[in-house]
Amino acid sequence: MSQTAKTFPRVSLSNPLVNNLIRYLLMILLALLLFGIILLVTGKDPIQSYRDIFSATLGSTYGFSEVLLAMIPMLLTALAVALPARVGLINVGGEGQVYIGAAFATWGALAFQNKPAWILLPLMTLLGMIGGALWAFVPGYLKSIGLVNETIATLLMNSIAPKIVGFLIFGFWHSPMDTVKTDNFVSAARLPTFFDTRVHLGFVFALVLLALFWFIMKYTRWGLEMRAIGGNAQAARRNGIPLKGYLVTVMCIGGAIAGLAGMAQVSGFYGVLLLNFSMGLGFMGFLICWLAGGDPIGIFLMSFVVAVITTGGNLLQLTQGLPYAVINILLALALFVVLASPRFFEGKKA
Amino acid sequence: MPNPQNQTPMIALRGVTKRFPMTLANDHIDLDIFGSEIHALLGENGAGKSTLMKILFGFYRADAGEIQLNGKSITIRSPRDAHEYRIGMVFQDLNLIPAFSVAENIALFLPDLKAVLKPQEIDERINEVSKQYGLEVNPRALVSQLSIGEQQKVEILKLLLSNARLLILDEPTRVLAPHEVEALFGVLDNLRKDGYAIVLITHKLKEVLECADRITVLRGGRVAGSLLRAEATEEKLVALMFEKELSGLKIAEPKRDEMSTPVLELRGVETYVEGAGMSLKGINLQIRPGEIVGVAGVSGNGQKELCDVVLGMELCVRGEKYLFGKNLTNRPVGAMRKNGVSFIPENPLAMASVPFMTVLENMALTQTWRYARNGGFAMDWGVVKADIQQTAKRLEFPVNFYTIAKSLSGGNLQRMVILREMTHDPRLIVASYLTRGLDVQSALAARQALIQAREGGAGVLLVSEDLEELFTLSDRLLVLYGGRIVGEFKPPETDIYQVGHLMTGSKVEHVANG
Ligand SMILES: Nc1ncnc2c1ncn2[C@@H]1O[C@H](COP(=O)(O)OP(=O)(O)OP(=O)(O)O)[C@@H](O)[C@H]1O
Ligand SMILES: [Mg+2]
Repeated sequence: MSQTAKTFPRVSLSNPLVNNLIRYLLMILLALLLFGIILLVTGKDPIQSYRDIFSATLGSTYGFSEVLLAMIPMLLTALAVALPARVGLINVGGEGQVYIGAAFATWGALAFQNKPAWILLPLMTLLGMIGGALWAFVPGYLKSIGLVNETIATLLMNSIAPKIVGFLIFGFWHSPMDTVKTDNFVSAARLPTFFDTRVHLGFVFALVLLALFWFIMKYTRWGLEMRAIGGNAQAARRNGIPLKGYLVTVMCIGGAIAGLAGMAQVSGFYGVLLLNFSMGLGFMGFLICWLAGGDPIGIFLMSFVVAVITTGGNLLQLTQGLPYAVINILLALALFVVLASPRFFEGKKA
Repeated sequence: MPNPQNQTPMIALRGVTKRFPMTLANDHIDLDIFGSEIHALLGENGAGKSTLMKILFGFYRADAGEIQLNGKSITIRSPRDAHEYRIGMVFQDLNLIPAFSVAENIALFLPDLKAVLKPQEIDERINEVSKQYGLEVNPRALVSQLSIGEQQKVEILKLLLSNARLLILDEPTRVLAPHEVEALFGVLDNLRKDGYAIVLITHKLKEVLECADRITVLRGGRVAGSLLRAEATEEKLVALMFEKELSGLKIAEPKRDEMSTPVLELRGVETYVEGAGMSLKGINLQIRPGEIVGVAGVSGNGQKELCDVVLGMELCVRGEKYLFGKNLTNRPVGAMRKNGVSFIPENPLAMASVPFMTVLENMALTQTWRYARNGGFAMDWGVVKADIQQTAKRLEFPVNFYTIAKSLSGGNLQRMVILREMTHDPRLIVASYLTRGLDVQSALAARQALIQAREGGAGVLLVSEDLEELFTLSDRLLVLYGGRIVGEFKPPETDIYQVGHLMTGSKVEHVANG
């Protein structure tokens, strides 16, 4: 038998972060390319369109702030999916949780409008989170006792939540002038904004929560236990980790974060509770979370990209006369590319 | 390499080398496999046996080396290629689809599968081959309803019908009861006579000496030696496998106080299990401090449920459970663990570990509360390591904290679980098939650890199908049949035949004390 010098273990040169960045960039390029072809086919000028998108978003301070603004609910609703996903729960109910959170916060804003901001805002934040958590508790609990699959339950409850909000608005809260929305919130019930932009405090909430999520998953006892449940629920249970408790709690926290997104929208963005105000925010969060593979940095990057596309898309409607639906095509393309990417970018198996 | 017949081997491996990020699993391995021979592959846990065979099966690619088929060099890139070259493998953990019938599972692997299935025809082909080699199974039975031994048969049938000439069996006897092992060897003998080549990986030296024609021992990824059966003895094989000589089991007389509160007491415990599985009926059981209570029985007679009830995974629908006199009936697993209950399950991959976590993280899972710092905002990994290392030193098990659990060899995973469960001075150890997949030395160490725990006053519930192990270790022996305890003995007062009879359900009316 030949005697060979034992080589040292191979050290991977590419670090995962750089790898991921390259992956995202390639994905975006590919999606842009495909979308460009679609634009060409419909007789638009893709170069000009992309230039418009760029100048409307990243090209100016204002444009950039609009992108950040659009990111706020995306970050939060994506996080509301990412956390439960760590214990193997699929929360498709972000949309419903956003509505109920917004409704709870609105009740606070309307009922206590003569209170100062330092009481009112924390109260609304809390109410929004409680609302979302309660809405998520139902599917979480049903799942934990093994009765109903949480994916189905959260999905079905999505269509109920806007109806409840509608009922509240029509029945009790609508303003004298307009039946599809409440009175404008008093200024004490509005989240403060930064500088001269519309970016509000919700952005800080989202960043803090995202960082907290990363920290908890990586360093804490609860993160370890949640990863164990996600990795092998049966083994986790046999090792003494309280499975049911975690399923319910984590689902509720996910719901609370989505509820916070709802609160941030009504208090920070609109300043009023509108009928059907969300228009798919919860689903957008789901999409972003899966695009990002549930990873906090990925969620931030993907939210940014999606926010650029949607904000830029708004402008594209005006300048190029494209219907807004076209933006959905671009988003769908991005999704497509990402879903195909594991095969595409990964090497062969070990 | 000895080759008295002077013929070309069916398969020859030359200089096969495979490196994983942390380990050199195979280091320039040469191996000859002949037709009409059973070639046993031996070696301690993590020696590289499974890896080498997975290379031959195209599941891994070798970094270097050559594979020859009948003297001609070939490249095997995938299991599909292996199929072409008529090489088949049964993995360490079986690979059947539980919701499919036997025939459907086999049909998936037929080389000439038609677009439209003809169940009748497939059944006939299965029956033909199974009769020929004594592998009788009902083709229409669902795999989920078969015992492990029967599933093993289906795996072999699957290979035979897919035209394989070389059959690689990775620890097929690990999960088999003694009578099933006998049957399997009968089958292998028939196959050998018909010219098949068989590679048999096992840790049981007796089996090797009983049925192999040629024996190759791996150690640390290299060939430590290759013998013909005539030259081999147990001592020689052990010397090739391990650096250290094996010491015998040191059994000290435990000091036991018959009057002390039992570690565990079950009073009239019953469970209710839906579907497959065996409900327990009227279980009365006491384990005193410093006592090992063995549970004999053919698997599927309530062993899993008994362990699960003790651990708190399964609810008692009737009866009570006491731990040191404290009523802990239907308390959650976490509470049992906190009270010093340890659990070594029958399947370490599915039931005890999180595959994609590191070994270190897995080690902390049963005791997260113990290692949490700052109210849970940090984990003290240093202490986890120190605790485990202490046990590792005692049992002489190697640990590599930063490998991913999934990439451990079968035996190393079992060792990981044993290490974890033996740390923190457990007061009650529930061990199911303790030595499954362990090499001779590790099995000895694991048994020694149980004995040490007994000396320290712990109670042990030991479930096994290996009657020899039960007779050596147990202070008291229970026989479980159909979810009831149908016999209770002190090992010196009984023998393997009496227990064996009870296990299969004959003579139930005779004892019936449950
Ligand atoms: N996919 C993998 N990635 C990294 N390391 C691996 C992988 N598979 C095996 N190893 C390592 O290679 C070594 C040999 O493993 P292998 O499974 O071949 O051992 P084995 O001889 O079959 O042992 P056992 O008797 O315990 O089954 C072990 O140290 C194992 O940790
Ligand atoms: Mg192995």
